[in-house]
Amino acid sequence: MKNSGQWSVFSGQRFVALSMRMILFFATFFVALSVLAQEIKPWEQIPTPKLHEFKPQQPKRIVLKNGIVLFLQEDHELPFVSGSVNIPGGSRDEDPAKTGLIGLYGQAWRTSGTAKLSGDALDDLLEAKAAHIETAGDADSTALSWNSLKGDADQVFSLAMDLLLHPQFSAEKLQLAQQQEATGIVRRNDDEGQIAQRESAKLVYGANSPYTRQPELATIGAVTVDDLKAWHDNTIGGNLIVSVDGDFDPVAMEAKLRAAFESLPPVKAMPARHDQFTDPKPGVSFINKDDVNQSNIEIVGLGTDRHNPDLASLAIMNEILGGGFASRLFQKIRTEKGLAYSVGGGYGFAWDHPATFRAVALTKSASTVDATKLALEEIAGLTTKPFTDEELARSKDNILNSFLFRYDTKEKVLAERVRLEFYGYPADYLESYRAALEKVTMADLDRVAKKYIHPDKLAVLVVGNGPEIKPGLDDLKLGPVQPIDITIPMPKQPAASEQKQ
Amino acid sequence: MKNRFSPWFWKGVLALATIAALAGAAAIQAQDLKSFEQKITTKVLPNGLTLLICERPEAPVFSYTTFIDAGGVNDPSGESGLAHMFEHLAFKGNSEIGTTDYADEKIALAKVEAANDAYEAEYLKAVGRDEAKLAELKKAFLSAQAEAHKFVIPNQFTDVAERNGAEGLNAQTGLDETIFFWSMPENRLELWAWLESGRLADVVPREFYKERDVVYEERRMRTDSSPIGRLLEQFQAAAYTAHNYRRSTIGWPSEVAQINATEAMEFHKKYYVGSNIVVAVVGDVKASEALPMLEKYFSKIPAGAKPEEMTTIEPKQFAEKTVAIREQTQPVYIEGYHRPDYRDPDDAVYDAISDIVSNGRVSRLYRSLVRDQQIAAEAGGFSGFPGVRYPGLFAFYAFPLPGHTPAEMRDALHKEIDKLRTADVTDEELAMFKTRTRADLLRGLADNQGLANSLAETQTRYGDWRELFNQLDRVDKVTKADIRRVANKVFIPSNRTSAWIETEAPAEAAKNDGGAQ
Repeated sequence: MKNSGQWSVFSGQRFVALSMRMILFFATFFVALSVLAQEIKPWEQIPTPKLHEFKPQQPKRIVLKNGIVLFLQEDHELPFVSGSVNIPGGSRDEDPAKTGLIGLYGQAWRTSGTAKLSGDALDDLLEAKAAHIETAGDADSTALSWNSLKGDADQVFSLAMDLLLHPQFSAEKLQLAQQQEATGIVRRNDDEGQIAQRESAKLVYGANSPYTRQPELATIGAVTVDDLKAWHDNTIGGNLIVSVDGDFDPVAMEAKLRAAFESLPPVKAMPARHDQFTDPKPGVSFINKDDVNQSNIEIVGLGTDRHNPDLASLAIMNEILGGGFASRLFQKIRTEKGLAYSVGGGYGFAWDHPATFRAVALTKSASTVDATKLALEEIAGLTTKPFTDEELARSKDNILNSFLFRYDTKEKVLAERVRLEFYGYPADYLESYRAALEKVTMADLDRVAKKYIHPDKLAVLVVGNGPEIKPGLDDLKLGPVQPIDITIPMPKQPAASEQKQ
Repeated sequence: MKNRFSPWFWKGVLALATIAALAGAAAIQAQDLKSFEQKITTKVLPNGLTLLICERPEAPVFSYTTFIDAGGVNDPSGESGLAHMFEHLAFKGNSEIGTTDYADEKIALAKVEAANDAYEAEYLKAVGRDEAKLAELKKAFLSAQAEAHKFVIPNQFTDVAERNGAEGLNAQTGLDETIFFWSMPENRLELWAWLESGRLADVVPREFYKERDVVYEERRMRTDSSPIGRLLEQFQAAAYTAHNYRRSTIGWPSEVAQINATEAMEFHKKYYVGSNIVVAVVGDVKASEALPMLEKYFSKIPAGAKPEEMTTIEPKQFAEKTVAIREQTQPVYIEGYHRPDYRDPDDAVYDAISDIVSNGRVSRLYRSLVRDQQIAAEAGGFSGFPGVRYPGLFAFYAFPLPGHTPAEMRDALHKEIDKLRTADVTDEELAMFKTRTRADLLRGLADNQGLANSLAETQTRYGDWRELFNQLDRVDKVTKADIRRVANKVFIPSNRTSAWIETEAPAEAAKNDGGAQ
């Protein structure tokens, strides 16, 4: 287990402080040449003292003989104890004919309760203590989590373990979950931003990809109680990661977790995924929405994952393109042109599969083409408009000086360690990432921009009010505009609501 | 569902558990107030501004909240959206930051304002507007802006903050208040004090008209292009006749499009005075060391009388009001009842009602509309819309399941409301509200930014941050009879405004040509 000394924030801080001074020196030098009377800026005269010493407390990591990993993070500030069990396997692993299964499972697992205690009775019991036990499903995992006042921690933990090991999936609660999901499906075209985000991801990954396929009334209607049980039985024997944090005695807590998890059979790893990822088909797609006066513009392509050795350079490039107030997209489209309130973007990275490149701008219908052109220019400009020393220095400052907000609470440190464990990254990942960020040079930026930015491999999606968009999208000269049909398929019989027993 | 125990067994367990939890939490409250007395220092500066420091040295960082006791409700007539516009302006720097030469920029900005006045005067002419002249004036206005722009160093204020590690940098304007906030490494405290006091004290209407376009895009995003945004704006406008709560913070389209910089500067002069501002800092900060330095910077903010209170009181509603939106989006139902402001002795009773009807899967609306009747996907009740500083609304809402209508939501909600009026809530429900309120307060104490927000707000609204803890006494005193009494007083038809979206069938096939000619 790595100890807390490895964080050593101070070497990093010193490096940043040094580079800051150098920047100030050069800035002063040039100003002195051009404007004789110019003084050092008032804010530059304010001293930056040495940061108080800080060693983020690392959780204790224990690997049980069966392969289950435990993390214990003590935190006595408040009288609460919380915990979670992360279980590999999520919606990307579900049967496409039953898309939406994980969403239903995440709800019905908890609402159904256990063999001993119904979900409703569990609700009464927990809420009276202001305690929570919840279950949820995600793209790559499902989770059970709990939280309670310290005095209730033993009982709530027992209840959580009962739910983990003896869930009782009920038809009634599955149906309730199906109704909730159905409501989400029929409402999914009401919000313009939701449409844009969903459909632009489909342009990159494909409509039937495990990362973008969407639940339909028919697919959620096809899910049965046996499907939920089978999912649970298949995933519960996986590489579980158990984490607890809060106000507990570490010896007693370790003993309790060992007693609960040590007797489980050896874990079986999820089979590795072999997804294929390709660039989107370039061109412009359009989705009409009559009741809006603003267009959602999405420019998307394939991104990367965090194993990419160019990650740090890409992060700096992202900061320059669309990170903060001073980024190129923000500066041009919002500050200079006043064309958008919401604008930004970057080359995305996920933990274990390529994320998307994504730039977004929301602008009034009439300026759709202008804003799209400007965004495309700024993206292409990454390879043609030279990066400046100022941009590099600013982006490093932005990221490095706020870096400690990734681990400024014990809870964040724990969550990060669980994430790293889940995706198989080393425990000192943040530290090496930070070191890599510090080393990024102008040459790195030029290189990654040329390597990863390919305007001809990007797709453009506009969601907006067609008749109001003048000039029309043809003016982008990116080929014929492809309409996308987002009509929600309605099965002959409403799947969810007619399943009553 | 099989259950090994009888319902009576669980009732007993519940009652016991509740008592235990309450006793535990009560001890915690006393402890916390005591420990926070040690951690918190407040100081009212000669200009009237209140500084509040809460020492929480868990990590070498701090968060702050600047709470201005002015929001959209203070927008003058015809200038809705002004408080929010000003919030945006506060990120544009001042005479020291964001400019290459302020003396010349000031002259250029005065010319921008004069050009805008000339343009507006022609534009607003009721009779005899000269279109050719208007075009000329528009051109002159744009070129004056371009002249002024020559002195701008864009986004320098935010750039300095971000380069020094500002995290979560943002601001929010509500009808009641405007808040500014971010977090930073603790060794940037003095830099922060310079930036924050500087932008509060000294404001320049830099790039005002570009930013007005940006703000209008925010309106398009949050209100015009969002079914829920449109519904809530209409709901609010219908519920209020006289009080400024009838207007949304973002402002009416015609007004937000014509706010000018002179108006924004007047708003600043009136409302951004020391007595109207609380600044709370939470984190790795030692009050004894930081206070002299903070005093030096925040004393720059002009003193000034607390702005006069509003005279308008919403007249008692005597006619039930409804808003029906028929469009091609999915149905929603909301209704609201006027209630008193946050200082009302029954304030905690409204919290109790809100908790009992909508907090979690044990809540009455979940169990009734979602679980048992299976007509809604979600339902709830809440206070604080559109604000708390003046009498706001207690609102109930529901999102119907497919195939169900707003009218069914209304009827089902009314049945539940009638139960509140005709029968007492249970002992368990009341105890649960009290336990959860305590626990949720405690949960919020471990977050610098959340704590800064709560402390600044409580200090502003009650004149004493201790109310954050003492409000639990009012929570404890809520009785079943209080809930019934308040429900009977407030939840009556003549005090009701309801609004809903009814789904209209599409008239024709959707156009999908992307504006192609």
